Amino acid sequence: MAQNAIDKSVDTFPKFLLVNARIRGDRPAIREKDLGIWQTWTWAQVKEEVNALALGLKELGVERGDKVAIVGSNKPRLYWAMCATQSIGGIPVPVYQDAVADEMSYVLQHAGAKIAVVENQEQVDKVLSISDQLPSITHLIYDEPRGLRDYDHTRLKWINEVQDIGRKAMETKYSGDAWEKMIAEGKGADIAVILYTSGTTGKPKGVMLTYDSVVISSQNANAFDNLTEKEEVIAYLPMAWVGDHIFSYAQSYVAGYTVNCPESPETIIEDRREIGTSYAFAPPRVYENLLTLTMVRMEDAGRVKHAMFHYFLKHARKWGEKILNKEPVPVMARLMYWLGEILVYGPMKNRYGFTRVRVAYTAGEAIGPEIFRYYRSLGVNLKQLYGQTEASVYITAQPDGEIYADTVGKPSPDVEIKIEDNGEVLFRSPGVFAGYYKEPEKTAEAKTPDGWVKSGDAGFFDPKTGHLKIIDRAKDVGHLNDGTLFAPKYIENKLKFYPNIKEAVALGDKRDYVTVMLNIDLVSVGSWAERNNVIYGSYQELAAHPRVYQMLSEHVDEVNRSLSEEGPMAGAQIKRFLILHKELDADDGELTRTQKVRRGFIAERYGPLAKGLYEGAKEVDITTDLTFEDGRKGTISARVKIEDMKTHAPSAPMDKAA
Amino acid sequence: MRAPDDTTIKAGQTLLSVEDVSLSFGGVKAIRGVSFDIKKGEIRAIIGPNGAGKTSMLNVINGFYHPQEGQITFKGVKRRKMRPHDAATGGIARTFQNVALFRSMTTLDNIMAGRTLKMHSNFFWQLWRYGPAEREEIEHRHKVEEIIDFLEIEHIRRVPVGRLPYGLQKRVELGRALAMEPELLLLDEPMAGMNLEEKEDMCRYIIDVNNHFGTTIALIEHDMGVVMDLANRVVVLDYGQKIADGTPDEVKANQAVIDAYLGVAH
Repeated sequence: MAQNAIDKSVDTFPKFLLVNARIRGDRPAIREKDLGIWQTWTWAQVKEEVNALALGLKELGVERGDKVAIVGSNKPRLYWAMCATQSIGGIPVPVYQDAVADEMSYVLQHAGAKIAVVENQEQVDKVLSISDQLPSITHLIYDEPRGLRDYDHTRLKWINEVQDIGRKAMETKYSGDAWEKMIAEGKGADIAVILYTSGTTGKPKGVMLTYDSVVISSQNANAFDNLTEKEEVIAYLPMAWVGDHIFSYAQSYVAGYTVNCPESPETIIEDRREIGTSYAFAPPRVYENLLTLTMVRMEDAGRVKHAMFHYFLKHARKWGEKILNKEPVPVMARLMYWLGEILVYGPMKNRYGFTRVRVAYTAGEAIGPEIFRYYRSLGVNLKQLYGQTEASVYITAQPDGEIYADTVGKPSPDVEIKIEDNGEVLFRSPGVFAGYYKEPEKTAEAKTPDGWVKSGDAGFFDPKTGHLKIIDRAKDVGHLNDGTLFAPKYIENKLKFYPNIKEAVALGDKRDYVTVMLNIDLVSVGSWAERNNVIYGSYQELAAHPRVYQMLSEHVDEVNRSLSEEGPMAGAQIKRFLILHKELDADDGELTRTQKVRRGFIAERYGPLAKGLYEGAKEVDITTDLTFEDGRKGTISARVKIEDMKTHAPSAPMDKAA
Repeated sequence: MRAPDDTTIKAGQTLLSVEDVSLSFGGVKAIRGVSFDIKKGEIRAIIGPNGAGKTSMLNVINGFYHPQEGQITFKGVKRRKMRPHDAATGGIARTFQNVALFRSMTTLDNIMAGRTLKMHSNFFWQLWRYGPAEREEIEHRHKVEEIIDFLEIEHIRRVPVGRLPYGLQKRVELGRALAMEPELLLLDEPMAGMNLEEKEDMCRYIIDVNNHFGTTIALIEHDMGVVMDLANRVVVLDYGQKIADGTPDEVKANQAVIDAYLGVAH
């Protein structure tokens, strides 16, 4: 904490590890749920584990500056591999574990990884399948030995074996404080990590962050929210994502707080509840899913519970946020809220694992105002922040007490922001990245010589609150043929706030009017179908159901109405829509690995549908290729219906943008 | 247990052999003079068209049906009649064509139930869950958790089985069979009614069980692709008779098999 912050000589994460092992050696550093029981490692134990692993890697030939790829879900040993690599001067390169072999091949090749530390057989198979394209890789290390016994072990090693090699070396070659000396050689200006951004277009870029950047950003963030060694976080977002790197690794090492690794990706909700995280971070999707799940469950609840839930929810909507913001509230309202806390809010928060949460962030995408207010009204201090890999996350964040559903907050400590004429947001801070690995031209494109970084996002400062508002990617803001402003994401987000709509893709740039392609949410619509005796056999069948179309056309109509009230957006109402016959999937390249829609790609891939939307067709036949989870290809064909919508007259008395 | 020392049978040696077995129900001859063997450590598939007698064969092996003729040798012990209980204590576990779980019990309890035969503390201690019973339960729970981890069903540990989708129920059933730490695992159409993804998962688990625990597996399956990928050796039944026996490639090329599957006048 403060102690660490003052000590400027502690400028790399291995150094923080040594400090933590010294001053809080008995406190839990990391936990993992294994065989149904939480296993804990203290900072002192972590130091020992990392030490063994580091020397093991050294013995396998990792030199200063070598890249070590890390592929897998959040496991203690993979985090240790990260620190172990850093401690001997190597550079960890975490890779998205759900990347298909081709994507992974590109990153591993580009980074020139010497060793890959992977989670399990699935990842080993993937790396082996592309090993002929990866001459640089000398060893492959795995964490989970299951199914790997019969593999050729000449270049393949179990992580425990590597640690044994390290322990042996500790007694001979690297006895005494040899490892500490290696750590001391690391400097704050060195590259700490290379994080590949998933990139909405083109090949991923390797963002190089220095220790100084990451450490300063982490210290600032910890100070901003008063985070101490007592925090509990759950690590479940991809390790290759900057958010997880900062929250579950960097900030933990700097503050000394505990990171908890879930048992499996499916048990996160349960695990979070058991831990009771105090500091939470999630993209809006996670909060949406929790809320959708709650609402679906409540539909099935008994009459009394159902009524109680909705009564207190209404009360919370009225007073909850005011209480959280410490505004004056009448005594009776407080009393009822207290009762609600016992009967509804408390149990709900317990379900979500938010009972002990002090600060929860949402970032990455816009969150639905309804969803945002829901959590805040329950007393969860949910806030928004705006960040990028290139900034070591933090660009803006909402300070306590200044929370708005539609802003992303004020500039974070040490961050300067300016807005270009075209609306693009630029930032400058100590957390800014050193450059894109092996791509100086792209670095020059994104970063000016005086340190300003182009965020690629369009936004403006709200004059009322002084907070930044992001409307869309700068390059995605376009115009209809009549000149009306077209911000696709703005429209898509409005649609996605309906629980029935999982994804939306808006088209309209350089066209006559706006159309959208929708994905229904199978959980939500499926539950509706069950209650309404609608029979379906697959996503495709449900998506094409006339009553589903009718339901969604009501949603689209409401969105049109709300757009009609927003002056410049009134001309961008949705004229036609369709429901896609398959779910958009990252494996098919339709979503990025962080689940953002790739609009251009989709418009091209579903060309016939896009054409149909603008040529007045009522129905369009289409055949689409798709990739199964194991990488095999297949096709599905469908006849997709297109629905016409009425538009509303602009109701705001403001200018007609066109 | 009547079986001789387990260690006497090594991988590749015959674990179970069926000699000249015939089974009939009244006038219906379900199995007619079938002989084959299962070697330790292999995955052995029994295939055949509908009504070929596959499930009957499995029921004979695990002692549920008693053949009128022939004999079965399991781990060196010959027998004509055996009760399912003896098969279970002897190290034979099975799953069923249609899921047979305790629907209102959780995944954990279902798999725990598979450990029953391994529990030795007496009723008195178990009643109070004290002393040896408690120690034993912790041991068994550990084993069960390993199986849960192995089959990646952590997320449904506490969910009543009746609420689970079919593919997962099948996996739980496999888990319960594994809980017995069987030497021979009989799987009756483990992939029936599954979608492609579930099938692939199940294949993976079957291979892993075979690799990891060294369990010998005999399975009945309709999906030929699956059988050809999984099995070391295949025995083909048709109208209660064995018409072929050999590696997947040999069986695929066998004219009698092709006839049986494509249909030829008998």
